[in-house]
Amino acid sequence: MKSGQKLQSLILRSLVWLFAAITACTALGIVGYILAKGVAYLSPRLFAWQYTSENLSLLPAIVNTLTIALLAFLIALPLGIFSAVYLNEYARRGSRFVTMVNIAAETLSGIPSIVYGLFGYLLFVTHISGGYSLLAGALTLSIMILPIVLRTTQEALSSVPDSYRAGSFALGAGKLRTVFRIALPAATPGILAGVILCAGRIVGETAALIYTAGAVAQVPENLLGSGRTLSVHLYALWNEGLHTNEAYATAVVLLVCVAGLNALSSMLAKRIAKGRSK
Amino acid sequence: MKRCKEQAARLLFALSACVCIAAIAAICLFLFANGIPGIAKIGFFEFLSGSDWSPSSGAYGIFPMILGSIYVTAGAALLGVPIGIFTAVFLAKFCPNRLYKFCKPLVDGLAGIPSVVYGFFGLMVIVPFIRTQFGGSGTSLLAASLVLGIMILPTVIGVSEAAIRAVPQSYYEGSLALGASKERSVFFAVLPAAKSGITSAVLLGIGRAVGETMAVIMVAGNQAVVPNALTDGVRTLTANIVLEMGYATDLHREALIATAVVLFVFILLINLSFSAMKRRKTL
Repeated sequence: MKSGQKLQSLILRSLVWLFAAITACTALGIVGYILAKGVAYLSPRLFAWQYTSENLSLLPAIVNTLTIALLAFLIALPLGIFSAVYLNEYARRGSRFVTMVNIAAETLSGIPSIVYGLFGYLLFVTHISGGYSLLAGALTLSIMILPIVLRTTQEALSSVPDSYRAGSFALGAGKLRTVFRIALPAATPGILAGVILCAGRIVGETAALIYTAGAVAQVPENLLGSGRTLSVHLYALWNEGLHTNEAYATAVVLLVCVAGLNALSSMLAKRIAKGRSK
Repeated sequence: MKRCKEQAARLLFALSACVCIAAIAAICLFLFANGIPGIAKIGFFEFLSGSDWSPSSGAYGIFPMILGSIYVTAGAALLGVPIGIFTAVFLAKFCPNRLYKFCKPLVDGLAGIPSVVYGFFGLMVIVPFIRTQFGGSGTSLLAASLVLGIMILPTVIGVSEAAIRAVPQSYYEGSLALGASKERSVFFAVLPAAKSGITSAVLLGIGRAVGETMAVIMVAGNQAVVPNALTDGVRTLTANIVLEMGYATDLHREALIATAVVLFVFILLINLSFSAMKRRKTL
């Protein structure tokens, strides 16, 4: 081998290792830094029931996050799963309608969250109701997660072997029964992994919520009241510019939530992969 | 009775499938219906190429923000794309199995970090670093590019790695058999074959960078002027919307929605080239 080539190989190899190391260090650095700075400030007063400007409690924000996530799922899950069922089980593969829905879903998943936020503000806040509300936030987020639910359900359904369906039909079950009794149960782990992925996105979302759910730091009396989620809480703390320590602690809680959700999702995905290889 | 139920269910499923299309249509409708009149009032060229944004005196030129978005995205790509592609090569071809079990979740974890946390990290670490090293206030084009460069890493890595793994092993082995070293085989036989996949990874990353809002607001400084240096503050299209939407009224509000229209068109163009890339790959 020529020495020039040898040198080139050496350079390429070291670049590969160097850049991979940079990536790993960045990831570890961010998480480590936030944890190191924030864990010390996780005091019990941050988890008081009522938010005051003194305790800066993030419990109301957590409750709001859960409410919004639950509502968004209530709307997006049936819609997403039903559309996936239609695309996979009913429609002719490659028909024009299927292509159109797929393109629409792909476009939806590429739209930045601030555009969703503005759309939600225009439609749900100014046109339909009179102000920021948890409901408006949840509706906006449900559109945002719809393409993810659709995509993951489609993938899960298409990995269910056709022989399952054929068996069900052979036993005299109708199409509807086959879908709900055979195809969907077999696809459940895949759908669940997608749901958890969406939950992670909801927890981390800020831009789509500021102008739909608003930034009031309390748990509202009903769904038509404004309330901030955990991410919005962190943004608001930055905006006030006074409470760095509490912001660190909030970031820690956010990171832990998201990391937990991610771990759960990948565990499920692994279980599916295992089940398939059997 | 049973037929009736089957038909009803089929209809319900079909209607649900229409929701995605309806959502896209509604988003387009609301954005354009609320944004276009504003652009018409301000004047198309005035709006896009005017370099003065001062709503209080009635000047609505978003040229600084368009340029800001382009600069910040270019900076992020300059940083994130090479690191991302090399890391993807590492994960797909160089990483020992043991290490992979540790590295892959790390990259996935990077994707899960909320953008406010990135912004907060940037504010606490990157901004002070720039302030002490390069002077200025620290909140700058450079800070935004760095934060965004990190944020697009998982996207670039994930899609590129999949593209590299999709290249038939025989390409790699053939090159090895011809006497090329491992590195040469990977970079000159496998990577060119994965070119379209890697290009779509880059496009996807750029799409993310253009649309990112919260992290950018927290570190970019947000001055609505064209930056002259890397350490100058910069405002992106996304930041413009979030910063002023809270109190904007009348024409100001319409101008902000029109900003979103411009952003939306940008994203659509990127998405279109992305799906064109994908289609070419399947051919």
